[in-house]
Amino acid sequence: MTPIELRRKTLFTLLGWAVALLLSFPLLWMVLTSFKSEAAAIARVPHLFFHPTLESFRVVQEQSNYLRFAWNSIVVSLGSTLLALLFAIPSAYTMAFSPTRRTRGTLLWMLSTKMMPSVGVLVPIYLIFRDTGLLDTRTGLLVVDAVGNLPIVIWMLYTFFKEVPREVLEAGRMDGAGPVREIYNLLLPLSLPGIVSTSLLATILAWNEAFWSLTLTAAKAAPLTAFIASFSSPQGLFYAKLSAASTMAIAPILVLGWVSQRQLVRGLTFGAVK
Amino acid sequence: MGRLKQRATGWLRFGLITLSMCLFLGKVTESQTPVTLTVATVNNGDMTIMQRLSKVFEQQHPGIRLDWVVLEENILREKTTTDAATHGGQYDVVTIGPLEAPVWGQRGWLLPLDSRLSPAYELNDLLKPIRDGASFDGKLYALPFYAESSLTYYRKDLFARAGLVMPAQPTYSDIARFARLLNDPAQNMYGLCLRGKPGWGENMAFISTMVNTFGGRWYDEDWRPQLTSKPWHTAASLYVDLLRRYGPPGSSSNGFNESLTLFENGRCALWIDATVAAGSLFDSKESNVAGSVGFAPAPIGTTPRGTQWLWFWGLAIPAASKHADAAATFIEWATSKQYIDLVAKTSGLASVPPGTRRSTYEQPKYLAAAPFAALTYQAIMAADPLHPTQEPVPYTGVQIVVMPSFPTIGNQVGQLLAAALVGDLTVDEALGQAQAATERVDRRMGVGSNK
Repeated sequence: MTPIELRRKTLFTLLGWAVALLLSFPLLWMVLTSFKSEAAAIARVPHLFFHPTLESFRVVQEQSNYLRFAWNSIVVSLGSTLLALLFAIPSAYTMAFSPTRRTRGTLLWMLSTKMMPSVGVLVPIYLIFRDTGLLDTRTGLLVVDAVGNLPIVIWMLYTFFKEVPREVLEAGRMDGAGPVREIYNLLLPLSLPGIVSTSLLATILAWNEAFWSLTLTAAKAAPLTAFIASFSSPQGLFYAKLSAASTMAIAPILVLGWVSQRQLVRGLTFGAVK
Repeated sequence: MGRLKQRATGWLRFGLITLSMCLFLGKVTESQTPVTLTVATVNNGDMTIMQRLSKVFEQQHPGIRLDWVVLEENILREKTTTDAATHGGQYDVVTIGPLEAPVWGQRGWLLPLDSRLSPAYELNDLLKPIRDGASFDGKLYALPFYAESSLTYYRKDLFARAGLVMPAQPTYSDIARFARLLNDPAQNMYGLCLRGKPGWGENMAFISTMVNTFGGRWYDEDWRPQLTSKPWHTAASLYVDLLRRYGPPGSSSNGFNESLTLFENGRCALWIDATVAAGSLFDSKESNVAGSVGFAPAPIGTTPRGTQWLWFWGLAIPAASKHADAAATFIEWATSKQYIDLVAKTSGLASVPPGTRRSTYEQPKYLAAAPFAALTYQAIMAADPLHPTQEPVPYTGVQIVVMPSFPTIGNQVGQLLAAALVGDLTVDEALGQAQAATERVDRRMGVGSNK
């Protein structure tokens, strides 16, 4: 390595670190704040060094049942992802391999549903949920999250499926495979990284979804977003408690992201180089 | 290919099993014990105590279980409003304030409570202004859990050092003089702290009382907005002037919490805000100035009418509740004298929910434990939500106008006055735009047309 190359490499490494630090700083600050006392958390000149305390975590755990919220989040985000995949795989398959004149338009139309603010359909959905007894149930929230994520899931799968050589599927068809077999035995195994990263993204989106989970659930089906919402307050100090609650709320998804980051990156760059 | 196929089959199987499990679990949890009440409440200190003590209630009433939904105020308001308006029936007990109780009661979203209470509840023990604020057309729609008004807080040590004496009833010219004399930015000491953060429950709560006491009102008898009238101009100019000259830097981002922190850290000589702050200011664990806090009634301008605000949190039963009787039993317990005694016993006298019952203020022990109690009581009793202003008005509410569109209007006007505070607008411009904004919202919402 020549000195110039070395310098360039060092520079890029430093730049990479700087960007990473900048991006993760809010997260880091939140975790740090969760170990502060309420008074230290609100201090005008923030302390970088302080006596760490688990007080906020204790209060948070005492005031609400974290495990119940976490379990609801897990069920809803995984369930909604699987439900979305169940519908998205056949539709993306159809659009990728048997496109018509209107496929492009259909895809755009689907995406356009994401452009409408959720609050616009709040009352109709609320009434439907009330009449079908789905208010404050995980099933209800799971369905809404699945439907909400469906356009993105279909779009992503569509782009991944487009990368699969048509000839492979045609060869399968020559050997007598029907559409179901074609999807199941050929398409899914070939685009597995794409499906995994799509699922991860859908899970994260459902995990973070706050609007519907706050309005459609009360006590029984409330996920972690509702858990966080109970720790900010217009009266009294709450920064440390809120940070502790947020840290607890993102921990599971952070671990999931960490464990699967290889697949995630592989999936996201799948077909990027052509 | 064989391995890939195997893997895909495995994934698909795993997926289908997990999905059916999720749907199943989603369904299973809907089964419940005979009576489980879902209680929606705000996450402040008094409510946290209630949640903790509710175990006692569950022991006393083995047939009733409580499920808690504890949320930040604004989120709670959105959720409970949606549910009450659509008769969703998600909640059996909701926590609401003086803005919701009469409006929701009028619309039939809440159950009237008078006939559901047992005689032992002693309805007449509730303070009249609070009871009025929770009623519509003579019917009570919420049982007050705790209530607050406003006070002037000041630093006794600074007053003594400067040879100043706080009068028994300060006026705004007194406040301006004290703030000028005690303002010392070089020492990080500011003459006066006030709410500056925009919002109908933040800066507008204070400014509305200031307008009231200078003889102003939000609407005249014909529902015409009065924001460009002389009292509004006087009040808004004085507010902006006081905070610009003697307020801490960045006043426009200070709400209740920020001001409380400033005062507790010894940065403010004077502060006019909620009575509920007193408990914290006197607590030496939280406050650096606990030993030197003085308090006086909220200052007056040209009339004492409407200078103290009035706020309460009350418990109500939505009309769609499936367990109204059990819910009534619970809210009766949570707002009863027995509950207040229970809090006194378990958390100390100074922690009892204030401002709702006369009997609380008749306990010499309570008055001794909470030095601010007598003044809080006077402030609450002086507030009159039915006749809040000097001139007659078609609405009720002291620092609020009890109508559904008030939060929208209050927030917009609050933002314009915050803009005047930071100097982006003059007071006249801000009030002119506020008047126009109010008229616009009123037209859209039909304010005045059906009154």
